[in-house]
Amino acid sequence: MAARDWRVWALKATVAVGCALPAVSLCWRLPQAVNPVEFLTRGTGTWALAGLLATLAVSPLRQLSGWAAWLRVRRLLGLSAFAYAVAHFVLYVWLDQGLEAAAIWRDVLKRPFVTVGMAAFVLLLPLAITSTDGWMRRLKRRWGQLHQLVYPAAALAVLHYFWLVKKDLTQPLLYALALAVLLGWRVWRWGQRRR
Amino acid sequence: MPLIHLPDPSAPLPSEITPPEVYRDRRRFMQAGLALATLPWLAESAQAGLAAQKSPLSTDEPLNKLSDITRYNNFYEFGVDKADPAVNVGSLRTSPWTVRVEGAVQSPRTFDLDALMKLAPMEERVYRLRCVEGWSMVIPWIGFPLAALLKQVLPTAAGKFVEFVTLHDPKQMPGQRQPVLEWPYREGLRIDEAMHPLTLLTFGLYGEVLPRQNGAPVRLVVPWKYGFKSIKSIVAIRLVEKAPLTSWMQANPREYGFFSNVNPEVDHPRWSQASERRIGEFLKRKTLMFNGYAEQVAGLYRGMDLRKFF
Repeated sequence: MAARDWRVWALKATVAVGCALPAVSLCWRLPQAVNPVEFLTRGTGTWALAGLLATLAVSPLRQLSGWAAWLRVRRLLGLSAFAYAVAHFVLYVWLDQGLEAAAIWRDVLKRPFVTVGMAAFVLLLPLAITSTDGWMRRLKRRWGQLHQLVYPAAALAVLHYFWLVKKDLTQPLLYALALAVLLGWRVWRWGQRRR
Repeated sequence: MPLIHLPDPSAPLPSEITPPEVYRDRRRFMQAGLALATLPWLAESAQAGLAAQKSPLSTDEPLNKLSDITRYNNFYEFGVDKADPAVNVGSLRTSPWTVRVEGAVQSPRTFDLDALMKLAPMEERVYRLRCVEGWSMVIPWIGFPLAALLKQVLPTAAGKFVEFVTLHDPKQMPGQRQPVLEWPYREGLRIDEAMHPLTLLTFGLYGEVLPRQNGAPVRLVVPWKYGFKSIKSIVAIRLVEKAPLTSWMQANPREYGFFSNVNPEVDHPRWSQASERRIGEFLKRKTLMFNGYAEQVAGLYRGMDLRKFF
């Protein structure tokens, strides 16, 4: 195996383990949780958000390092973030709302933090569906345009966190800061290229 | 919730903490205590027993486990995560401890904790606790009605409200180094609420003195109000003429009112209060008006618009 291939393989393996580790950790700690439903809901939500930000970090990492292989873990990161988001969504509609469609709809309309959380989840759906090679080929240029939806999704996810916190905003602020850096980098690059 | 949370190796395992069945059965409790006496944590807690008469005001619902009650606490003086207090309370000294009772009273007095505890016979009151966040527990508190203390100091006609103040000492309460709330924590009741027989000045739970994360050495328990009204680690009780500004009202007056009675019909601006998750249960249950104490306390609010006075 060539040295270059070995490095790509190591990157992929590390990212795969990194994506699975939070799920393992959540399951491992679950029996200790006093409020297991809350523990899982928060845990999956937090990791969905962290996964989204990690996905958004791929392009800056590639540009900074000049190593194109970073792109080869982007789909894995994005789909992992989506998997945590699905778990988060299922916990909400099932264990929080008891699968009552009317109650869920009322909650989404009435509570801004639920509204934006649900909006973020809905935005992620087409991205997950079109994440395959087949869809990439079929959509061509449109694929890139469609996947710009990850930006509003990440912004809404951060807002969701902000609006649900009772008092201490430290954690949501950290995620907002990370998102600002990741988006700011893109704006700055865009400005550089236009000049 | 912090992303990475390592278990505290010094914390007792849940299996080491007395389960309710054992607590219920005195004989088996003693045997278990004997068998486990080598564990320092249990040996320490065994010395802190607090005898009490059972109260007819108790609910007969199943109790939450002691290990749940002591590891899931909103006590921002020791950190904002509910797992923080159990880890961080080591720095709190609960002895010596005094409680100042002052303001619109004929005989203001500073009580030593020991003297305070002797004011009235201790009762065990099993109450539902409903947190404003939407979860609840059933807890066997030990204490006596706050009214017994207030009668000692003889409130005057100007004493229309009671203000309670928690200890303010960032050295003992590391959470106070962050301006999460305006310290010290302050709470308040109307005088008729304070004098109500359900309002408990609380010194213990599960047959022992209060664990520090549960508000040692003395706290308030007002079972028909959201949990944050039941102020912990009290150092001062003040009779005042006007409704005092509480810490949560100061932090967010739109979301937290002075009364904060449990009310399934009046939602928190950001979430529903119609249901709650009883810790230990899988699906949510309906929240009861005044947390199920409507029969005893609804009369206090007759004619009041509970949407306006939330």
